[in-house]
Amino acid sequence: MATGDRGHAQPHGDGHSHAEGHAHGEGEEMSELSEMALRVRALESILTEKDYVDPLALDRIVQAYETKIGPHIGAGVVALAWSNPDFKARLLANANEAIGAVTEVDTLESDLVVVENTAEVHNMVVCTLCSCYPWEVLGLPPTWYKSAPYRSRAVIDPRGVLGDFGVTLPDDREIRVWDSTAYQRFIVLPERPAGTEGWTAPQLEALVTRDSMIGTGLARQPGRADDDAGGVHDAAGDDAAGARPTP
Amino acid sequence: MNGVHDMGGMAGVGPVLPEPDEPVFHERWEGRVLGMSRCLVFNGAWNLGAARHSEERLPPEAHLGAGYYQRIRLGMEQLLRERGLLGADELAAGRSLRPGTALPRRLAGDDIGPLLLRGRSSRAPDAPPRFAIGAVVRGRDLNPHGHTRLPRYARGRVGVVEALCGFKVLPDTVAMGAGEHPQWFYTVVFRGLELWGPGSDPALSVAIGAAEGYLEPAGEGVR
Repeated sequence: MATGDRGHAQPHGDGHSHAEGHAHGEGEEMSELSEMALRVRALESILTEKDYVDPLALDRIVQAYETKIGPHIGAGVVALAWSNPDFKARLLANANEAIGAVTEVDTLESDLVVVENTAEVHNMVVCTLCSCYPWEVLGLPPTWYKSAPYRSRAVIDPRGVLGDFGVTLPDDREIRVWDSTAYQRFIVLPERPAGTEGWTAPQLEALVTRDSMIGTGLARQPGRADDDAGGVHDAAGDDAAGARPTP
Repeated sequence: MNGVHDMGGMAGVGPVLPEPDEPVFHERWEGRVLGMSRCLVFNGAWNLGAARHSEERLPPEAHLGAGYYQRIRLGMEQLLRERGLLGADELAAGRSLRPGTALPRRLAGDDIGPLLLRGRSSRAPDAPPRFAIGAVVRGRDLNPHGHTRLPRYARGRVGVVEALCGFKVLPDTVAMGAGEHPQWFYTVVFRGLELWGPGSDPALSVAIGAAEGYLEPAGEGVR
């Protein structure tokens, strides 16, 4: 991709163990199933035979996260907040109600909270104890979010973590880290990029990256030739390259 | 429990490695593991807290060495064995050797809507909140052997109540099958300097979600 020069050749950056013979790298091209795949297939067979799970339900869950539930939902919400001050006020006051009203997300049992980035404060979201994440609106978390380096460092060295994403904030910018230790799930409302006055919500949506809604990135700046790369509507969602360092 | 899963503030684990164009699942089995774990919770084999705690109880080297989905798989297999839902002999054989135990519910493939919902955790309050917004509180020095959502870095540290977050069941006891113990939850904000000491980022603050039982009054003053 155009902006992927920060790419790391480590698809499992969370220290994914090879101890169980988990073969990497070939993906769907593998002709032989890895030992891990065989183990999981056996487990699914046993659970199905015992009638603990319905394989069709598994299909539907996987399908939902691959095709339906992802960061594009959050990006739409952010773009709407940027373009509609009334909606933004409602979103910050009660994210469950506001998001439930404008998306297909059923937020009845959700505890979504939107925190706003401003010129004074930058918000970043982590779960130090496991990997809690607002999956209703951002889909499944990226591997790095679930990794020991992020979970350990975000609360003590968020600027260092931002550096890993190529983002630098002014030293006096307050950083508020939200550790998802209880029920609430946090979504960052990134700062609206300058130079987007008069843009429509769909235009703005293309500037919203997944990482900007976690707080490890900023929204894209307009007018970059490569700005249609790596957006939240891509199959894989967003990526680190969506983060733009501040000048 | 004071396990390796409680990672906040730990050093020496290397940089965060963002992966451009990361797929939803890297391999097919990951999605199957996620689906199985979600179904087992929905079907009532155990609750989400018990699933989290099972992962916390994995041997430290397994917990740290395994990726996210492998951790889920290991935690799931551990609970299946512990609760008599599946035998080690069956895992070894790769097939079912005896009939299963009926679970309370069975999610069919045509109805995954409920699965994508979170469970209902709120209860009707039976007491007023002990702490007001703005109250100065200290994270209690609790070191339970079981599950808790009070991270070690917040224990003994002084912060300020910023918001009230509802009256909800306590994960610590729910995960252990020891009752709901519903109570008030708060957003408590700690200054980075209070958590990490002199020399740490003076412009940092960290917010946690804390059960009332995790907190004690700290009187005046925040360091």
